[in-house]
Amino acid sequence: MSTFLQQLVNGLSLGSIYALIALGYTMVYGVLRLINFAHGDVYMLGAFAGYYLSRRLQGSEPSLTSALIVMAGAMLTCALIGVLIERFAYRPVRRASRLTLLITAIGVSLFIENGAQLVFGPDPKFFPSLAPRADVRLGPVRFTSEQLTVILVSFLLMIALRFFILRTRTGKAMRAVSFNLDAAKLMGISTDGIISITFALGSALAAAGGVLIGMQIPKIDPLMGIVYGLKAFVAAVLGGIGNVPGAVLGGMLIGVSEVMVVGYLSSSYRDAIAFGILILVLLLRPQGILGRVQKEKV
Amino acid sequence: MKRLAAGTGIVAALWLANGLLSGSLVPALGISPYFLQVLCLAGINIILAVSLNLINGFTGQFSIGHAGFMAIGGYSSAFLTVTFGDRIRAALGFLPEAGQNGVLLLTGLTVGAILAAIAGFLVGVPSLRLRGDYLAIVTLGFGEIIRVFIVNIDAIGGARGLSGIPKLANFFWIYLFAAITIVVVSRIVNSSFGRTLIAIREDEIAAEAMGVDTTRSKVISFSVSSALAGIAGALFAHYLMYLNPNSFTFLKSIEIIIMIVIGGLGSITGSVLGAVLYIGLTEGLREFAQYRMVLFSFLLVVLMIVRPQGILGHWELLAGLPRRWRLGVDAPPPVRG
Repeated sequence: MSTFLQQLVNGLSLGSIYALIALGYTMVYGVLRLINFAHGDVYMLGAFAGYYLSRRLQGSEPSLTSALIVMAGAMLTCALIGVLIERFAYRPVRRASRLTLLITAIGVSLFIENGAQLVFGPDPKFFPSLAPRADVRLGPVRFTSEQLTVILVSFLLMIALRFFILRTRTGKAMRAVSFNLDAAKLMGISTDGIISITFALGSALAAAGGVLIGMQIPKIDPLMGIVYGLKAFVAAVLGGIGNVPGAVLGGMLIGVSEVMVVGYLSSSYRDAIAFGILILVLLLRPQGILGRVQKEKV
Repeated sequence: MKRLAAGTGIVAALWLANGLLSGSLVPALGISPYFLQVLCLAGINIILAVSLNLINGFTGQFSIGHAGFMAIGGYSSAFLTVTFGDRIRAALGFLPEAGQNGVLLLTGLTVGAILAAIAGFLVGVPSLRLRGDYLAIVTLGFGEIIRVFIVNIDAIGGARGLSGIPKLANFFWIYLFAAITIVVVSRIVNSSFGRTLIAIREDEIAAEAMGVDTTRSKVISFSVSSALAGIAGALFAHYLMYLNPNSFTFLKSIEIIIMIVIGGLGSITGSVLGAVLYIGLTEGLREFAQYRMVLFSFLLVVLMIVRPQGILGHWELLAGLPRRWRLGVDAPPPVRG
């Protein structure tokens, strides 16, 4: 039982990262109906932004302030990158066919991956520790301080996001754009602005995920975004793409099931699990757990 | 009758070209082994690009796991020829060695194509039933999973790779199958079934309203495309005599996409040109290997913004010729407005 609980905690902390990335996928899909393939790479850039920022801050003792600065800095950087990607790559092809949009997204993703390999070098980097480590024991279950941070920070961010979407004017506009872009435009909503904000928010959350994973598994490399991006996308589909609480639920489910399979069965097929789940979802409930069936309109 | 003659002519021409290029007919004409290898790899890439264009360009469904089907074809055929090659040869003892090689290669290709088609069917059914971009993400996942499985199966070499594959394929066989692929895809595209594919690409809802069974058409198109990728993989295995899971990464799938996007989505001529151009540039820019993919990906985004239909768009080389010169190759009708 105690192993099971321990695995559950490990799964939840991995799942929180997937959930943070999945939120970006689902929000962008909500407003643009686009699978933003570059999202996983924005997450990678977040990890690297955090890495370089914390190297800058080194010398000072690991403290809460420096951790916060690193986190905020990485989130801001990636928000900016997300907005730039949307402005210069996706906006020009927004009215083109879906295939064009998808190929553009792949192109952006490749560009970031290969550019990052040139700029950062292809070798993995080791993320410095940001906060003093301490383990917390709760009965038989041991939380490392990193796991606790990951779970707490992601929950805070998700609650903040939920508040933003449901309680602010911009959030309301975002929901309107996601419901129907043209109608929202007719109602006087600046759709371009809202789409930019959506990209900024999604990218900032992915960056937070990147910094958190850097703290947990201290190895980061320019291609780390591919696998995480894919799994987070599966999480978004599992929860119901376009549905914000669904992305969180999907992320947790993928994280927990991955850790459980690795823990109880075998680790060699670790990356195959998310894919198996995806096939099952598509066969049984293509709209996802919380998603609604959308009527196709001509 | 005319087609039969044309077909025989092509086979004879390829046979002759093979002899001349490899220097086995006139030794003085043999070209450098390096150049011959580049030519052969270009041929394999032509098969990959043309077959991917069937699903991406003509059917309008986005697959990004073509390398996975190539891997299935390559590994299954190589496993067959490595494990049962001697027994098959013994059974064919009455044939000369070249004949044995040919039959063995064709057996491998058939098995590779069939298994790749089955895999395509299994991947296609859940994802093509749905409208939207699910095929993209499923094929992306599938491509990676296949690799995970290959690495974990020891009987086919695992992460070490599979070596000791007999060298059965050469310039002749590769370009013969490149020609077959081109003819097969162009015949499909110009059949009434091909019209349903193009209708799906143009407007899936309208196609369905006109009575097209969209799922069935998409799945057939995807399975054929996968089978051809399997053939390409089998030729690749028997040309290089060695397979490694790292040859079939996501990057390989992306390379094929770049080829067809550069050439023109929905143009067979474009795919051939794109494949040759891509291999040419890759070999030519070998010194700048690390900048190459940055350049290609940048090009891809710019191309999508400036000319989303690719360089050639829907244009076909043979379409401008009189009908009797087209060897059964036609341009697809210019539909997109």
